[in-house]
Amino acid sequence: MKRVIVIGGGVAGMQAALRLAEEGCSPLIVEKEPELGGKLRGWHVLFPSFTPAAEVLGELKSRVVRSGIEVLLSAEVAAVGSRSVTLADGRRLECDAVVVCSGFELFDATVKEEYGYGIYDNVITSADLERMFDEGRVAKADGSRPSRIAFLHCVGSRDEKVCQQHCSRVCCITGVKQAMEMKRLFPEADVFNFYMDIRMFGPGYEEMYREAQQKYNVHFVRGRISEAAPTIDGRVQIKAEDTLTGRPLRMSVDMLVLLVGMRAGATNAAFEASAGLRRAPSGFMAPRDLFLGGTASPVEGIFYAGTVTAPKNVGETICEGIAAADAAAAYVKNS
Amino acid sequence: MAVIQFGYTISKPRAIDIDRNNLRKSDEILREMPELQTCIGCGSCTAVCTAGNLTQFNFRRVHTLVRRGEYQGAYEEMNKCMLCGKCRLVCPRGINTRGVVMLIKRKLGDF
Amino acid sequence: MKRNSWSDYQKQIADDKYYYARSCIRQNFFPGSEKAMLDMLRNDLGRDIFDDPLHTSCTGIGYHSDIVPLETIMTVVARQFALMHEAGYEHFISSCITSFGVYTEVLATWAEFPETEERTREYLYKATGRELHKPASLAHTSDVVFHHREEIAAKARFRLVNAQTGEPLRVVEHIGCHYAKIFPKSGIGGSEFPYVLAGMVEAWGGECVDYPERRHCCGFGFRNYLVQANRGYSIANSHKKLESMAPYKPDFIVANCPGCAMFLDKWQYAIAEMEGTTYGQNGRGIPVLTYEEMAGLVLGYDPWELGMQMHQVDVEPLLDKMGVAYDPAAKYLGRNGKYIGKPDSAVVNCSAQDTIYDMKR
Repeated sequence: MKRVIVIGGGVAGMQAALRLAEEGCSPLIVEKEPELGGKLRGWHVLFPSFTPAAEVLGELKSRVVRSGIEVLLSAEVAAVGSRSVTLADGRRLECDAVVVCSGFELFDATVKEEYGYGIYDNVITSADLERMFDEGRVAKADGSRPSRIAFLHCVGSRDEKVCQQHCSRVCCITGVKQAMEMKRLFPEADVFNFYMDIRMFGPGYEEMYREAQQKYNVHFVRGRISEAAPTIDGRVQIKAEDTLTGRPLRMSVDMLVLLVGMRAGATNAAFEASAGLRRAPSGFMAPRDLFLGGTASPVEGIFYAGTVTAPKNVGETICEGIAAADAAAAYVKNS
Repeated sequence: MAVIQFGYTISKPRAIDIDRNNLRKSDEILREMPELQTCIGCGSCTAVCTAGNLTQFNFRRVHTLVRRGEYQGAYEEMNKCMLCGKCRLVCPRGINTRGVVMLIKRKLGDF
Repeated sequence: MKRNSWSDYQKQIADDKYYYARSCIRQNFFPGSEKAMLDMLRNDLGRDIFDDPLHTSCTGIGYHSDIVPLETIMTVVARQFALMHEAGYEHFISSCITSFGVYTEVLATWAEFPETEERTREYLYKATGRELHKPASLAHTSDVVFHHREEIAAKARFRLVNAQTGEPLRVVEHIGCHYAKIFPKSGIGGSEFPYVLAGMVEAWGGECVDYPERRHCCGFGFRNYLVQANRGYSIANSHKKLESMAPYKPDFIVANCPGCAMFLDKWQYAIAEMEGTTYGQNGRGIPVLTYEEMAGLVLGYDPWELGMQMHQVDVEPLLDKMGVAYDPAAKYLGRNGKYIGKPDSAVVNCSAQDTIYDMKR
């Protein structure tokens, strides 16, 4: 049986491995964390349907177990080739093809110093908030209920100051989803979303945006928050321009949620160097062709699925897992 | 009070201060017409506005300011509307813009 | 306040052998500060600092007011560097924030566009016959005091604590815009959470307050202040800052920029005249110090030697809090013991009650 190594055990990797097994290959998932699931672990619910992330992850995980797919956990990949993968501990794993599903990194919000993440209490990221939702305890740092909440879109996206000129796509809809969840938890609270553009690219997203506006009374203000500062009563003062009225705007809020973007995977540079792959200016891996070879790399025998090539939502990522597995299976059959 | 004439005074801040503004009227307006909140700021209403092409009247800007609690002058501005209804025809969100004009005039006559 | 990021922004600050470039306006508003800097470095810290009478204005005020062209200011800067080299020094320190910004900008421009450096070299030679030698390090004098803060703390005769209660004094630190807002990496702690003054305050026993408008400009803005009709929005910025810091009840403000210290001090008087609003715990204004004055007080210098009688807002309440002894009768005696004149009474001065302005009149 042909051996295909899948780098990364997130949703793309699990789906790719499942498909490879269906196609009669012998997949091996190499995951750097001690368990499968990738970035979706600890995520509460998914847009636009509020489906629990655990439902999607649980299903994929149990299918991986049922299919008897080999999994190597806590194993970091240092170098990639089309016939082998070298781990950080020096082990070399031989194979017939590789599917790279190593995903993305969350933007580190401390880099945007002006928002005071890690310095001011009650300035949190969307990932922190998602964890709070999942743990069932959403509150200010002192445990009290927030009465005014601001979301800031595009933190670490479309921002050349921090070398992230690309759009991370999913943060807009995440901001809408989380704003609605906050309104469900705190109906009396005012929720403001500060955005530059609202990019509702997926099915049902625009409808969800409209619902957040009309039904949940979420205020959308077009303008990027320029800085956050503490107030004497432990709140956060924010400044922005309300560009649609052409006037500066300021207010204090109980919580400021930074919708952090997707950064290119930390291992991309090493993969590029070891296998002769190619990276886009954004740092994400560049596929062989944007239209006809979206899951192929420029190197024979190395394939891509998911956010290793660009920011994507969960549905797109899983579809790419299937597509990349099909391409890899076809490749190993012919080689 | 001032004994000395300095030749200038302290400029007043232009910022919309949400902490200071009273959003009660704005909330009332949005409760009666929640669809107003769905405005995506496309500007179609202002582009076709009969009054706006001849005066400073900017329907989109005025209702946005009202939603931020800036009521001063909104009533007078809305009085410039000729109620021709063209804005309602073009609104991609289907907002009853004429209704918004009437509602703001009704709610903010005192400001 | 948790400033976890300040150590990410470090810069090279020389330990000794400084070439000192003075500020144009500080001698007028805070006349003891530059002298105190020289005295502290030479006498208290035993360092070599050269005060060169040959250097000129950096022409920064003219530059920022669109009067002095870029080529001219570059040549002036090149001349200062040439003088430094001729005097046998290589560590350039500047007393003024605007100058520091100008020197940083010029060095960065030369690095980015080497042809401008070549042209400047040529202009300098043609105009003065001097050779350009770039400094080994460039720092603002507040960086230098920051660098020596632990040594000063070890020699401290007073600390930034309330002598009665033992509580740390609450200090507002204000950083000049041109210190790190143009080149964030050129300032200790970067531009968002600068640590240059906070580091001194903390080392000497005080505590910094972080208030909503901490990062806001004092409103100087050169042109904007120089034209009288524009002063309304210049003063409005200081007004905004003072309003924002007032609830924190600061004991004093310390600034590292000549303009900021002046405006935050003098505008308190203008605001009191215009609006009847005074700040500070006693309703007599919040004293504004330069970092040299702050260091001087910590080292036990006489406040009148430091030139603190020239402040608009009286500093006596702060001196009392720190337990610094001073002679009220000597306040308006100059260095030679001659009476230097006295300001008219105003609400931000602590003169006797009957001489204070009746605001309702």
